[in-house]
Amino acid sequence: MIERDQVLHVARLARLRLSEEEVETMVGELSGILEHVDRIGSLDLEGVEPTSHVVALENVLRADEPRPSLPRDVALASAPEPQDGAFRAPSPQAE
Amino acid sequence: MTDLLSLTALEAHEAMVAGDLGAEEYTAAWREAAGGDELNAYLWRDEGGKEAAAIAVERDCVAPIAVKDIFTTEGVPTTAGSRILEGYRPPYTSSAVRKLVEAGAPILGKTNMDEFAMGSSNENSAYGPVLNPWDRERVPGGSSGGSAAVVAGGLAPWAIGTDTGGSIRQPAAFCGIVGLKPTYGAISRYGMIAFASSLDQCGPLTRTVSDAALLLGILQGKDPCDSTSVGIEGGIALPGREDLSGLRFGVPAELRGDDYDSDVRAVFEKTLRKIEELGGEVAEVSLPSSEHGISAYYVIAPAEASSNLARYDGVRYGMRAGGDGDLVEMYEATRSEGFGPEVKRRIMLGTYALSSGYYEAYYGQAQKVRTRIAEDFSGAFGTVDFVVTPTAPSVAFGLGEKTDDPLAMYLNDFFTVPMSLAGIPAISIPAGLAEPEGGGTRLPVGFQIASPAFSEQKLLDAAYALEQGIGFDARPGGADA
Repeated sequence: MIERDQVLHVARLARLRLSEEEVETMVGELSGILEHVDRIGSLDLEGVEPTSHVVALENVLRADEPRPSLPRDVALASAPEPQDGAFRAPSPQAE
Repeated sequence: MTDLLSLTALEAHEAMVAGDLGAEEYTAAWREAAGGDELNAYLWRDEGGKEAAAIAVERDCVAPIAVKDIFTTEGVPTTAGSRILEGYRPPYTSSAVRKLVEAGAPILGKTNMDEFAMGSSNENSAYGPVLNPWDRERVPGGSSGGSAAVVAGGLAPWAIGTDTGGSIRQPAAFCGIVGLKPTYGAISRYGMIAFASSLDQCGPLTRTVSDAALLLGILQGKDPCDSTSVGIEGGIALPGREDLSGLRFGVPAELRGDDYDSDVRAVFEKTLRKIEELGGEVAEVSLPSSEHGISAYYVIAPAEASSNLARYDGVRYGMRAGGDGDLVEMYEATRSEGFGPEVKRRIMLGTYALSSGYYEAYYGQAQKVRTRIAEDFSGAFGTVDFVVTPTAPSVAFGLGEKTDDPLAMYLNDFFTVPMSLAGIPAISIPAGLAEPEGGGTRLPVGFQIASPAFSEQKLLDAAYALEQGIGFDARPGGADA
């Protein structure tokens, strides 16, 4: 089960603004999904190694050599608000 | 014209190499066919404009191909089915598409998909659902629904898609075509827009097993741009096996009759008998942890997604919303307007599972279940060559039938998720037709075969022999097989 307060907290962490209707739906749907997922909570997996990656790979290294990267204008071409060769964003603190 | 389109991609390739088929004429015929898309399967088609210059082939010699809109293509719109990337034209091309272009396969277009590959019905696309060519009231499956529909619907000779928990195999099954999820690491993920990075894998959707082998041969390989790519040692040869003698096929003992529709079960059991007719042996194997696959998957995949999708913040690319507010308000407005309901749901689920106090109980536990599932498969492959299951619990369901019940939608991935968690290859081939529950047009049923990591050649050889034995030749709108 997930409560309304938790939904609002998680939405803040995820930088999502949910409408009142979305919060309602999310409480019900996430609770249903978590109830199913909770079945693995009761499994005894003491001592089992977690798998984060299925292919056993050692660190993959390459020579650290300078090479050309994306030209600035190309990198900025998709930006919603490029300015003076940079990405423009609102101030972190409201005026 | 119709004759040209009836060739498989392999037949066309061989005819082009032999000089019996003009590549320009062949590609033009397919571009015309793609232009008749009534399934909402393409989001963008190459109509000869300048925008596709960066992905133009020098010389056609491989059948033209449709590409899921999750692969970046320089200068060509790439949306991943999301509103947040509407109008985005990437500055670079994914390795998979680059390999296709270098091999001489012209890109026909970009195919519709569930937003960020999250879905099993293609109903989560911001650009409307794709219709199943067998029955336009039904879903084509997902998330590579557009890629499956174009191949089944005669709008492309073949296509590529991506599979995180079944997103190639399930739509291939629903559309009556072949879909292969290769071993994790077989094909580069560079330029494949990330959903769940430890699971995502590119693969072919084709009419035949031979076409899938040809396409995998082109796509596979180690790529310096993807440090998790390994490639398949020795490459991939065209399959030629004629029978299944000496091969053992394991059916999971945990596969219960009430997990799937009775008509799907009938086709599955008929296929097991076909395996025996072809000289193969059918045995029982045990995969005790597989039943927890969905639970583990719906923790791990959303957790990785919540992290991967943090990059859509309205700063560097994609849409931006919110007017005069501060930075956080802009982030929130952009993400709330840009993402659809399923993507929000998964971000919420993943953020919750990774949040302080819940991490071990959910993410940690799910990673351990993942280990157990991989061990189950290793154990099974000690006694059998392959593990087989139906690809999906039902035939294609109706549009809107499961949209109000996310858990029911997730359970569609019941048979495909365990292989994804184990990182092993699995192929779905059409095995027959079945009547949907409640009646209606008979629809294709997929048969899934899985094998150990990097054993794609053996998998394709066996799938080819079984495909020849089954002789599935039904087509959408045509007579029953």
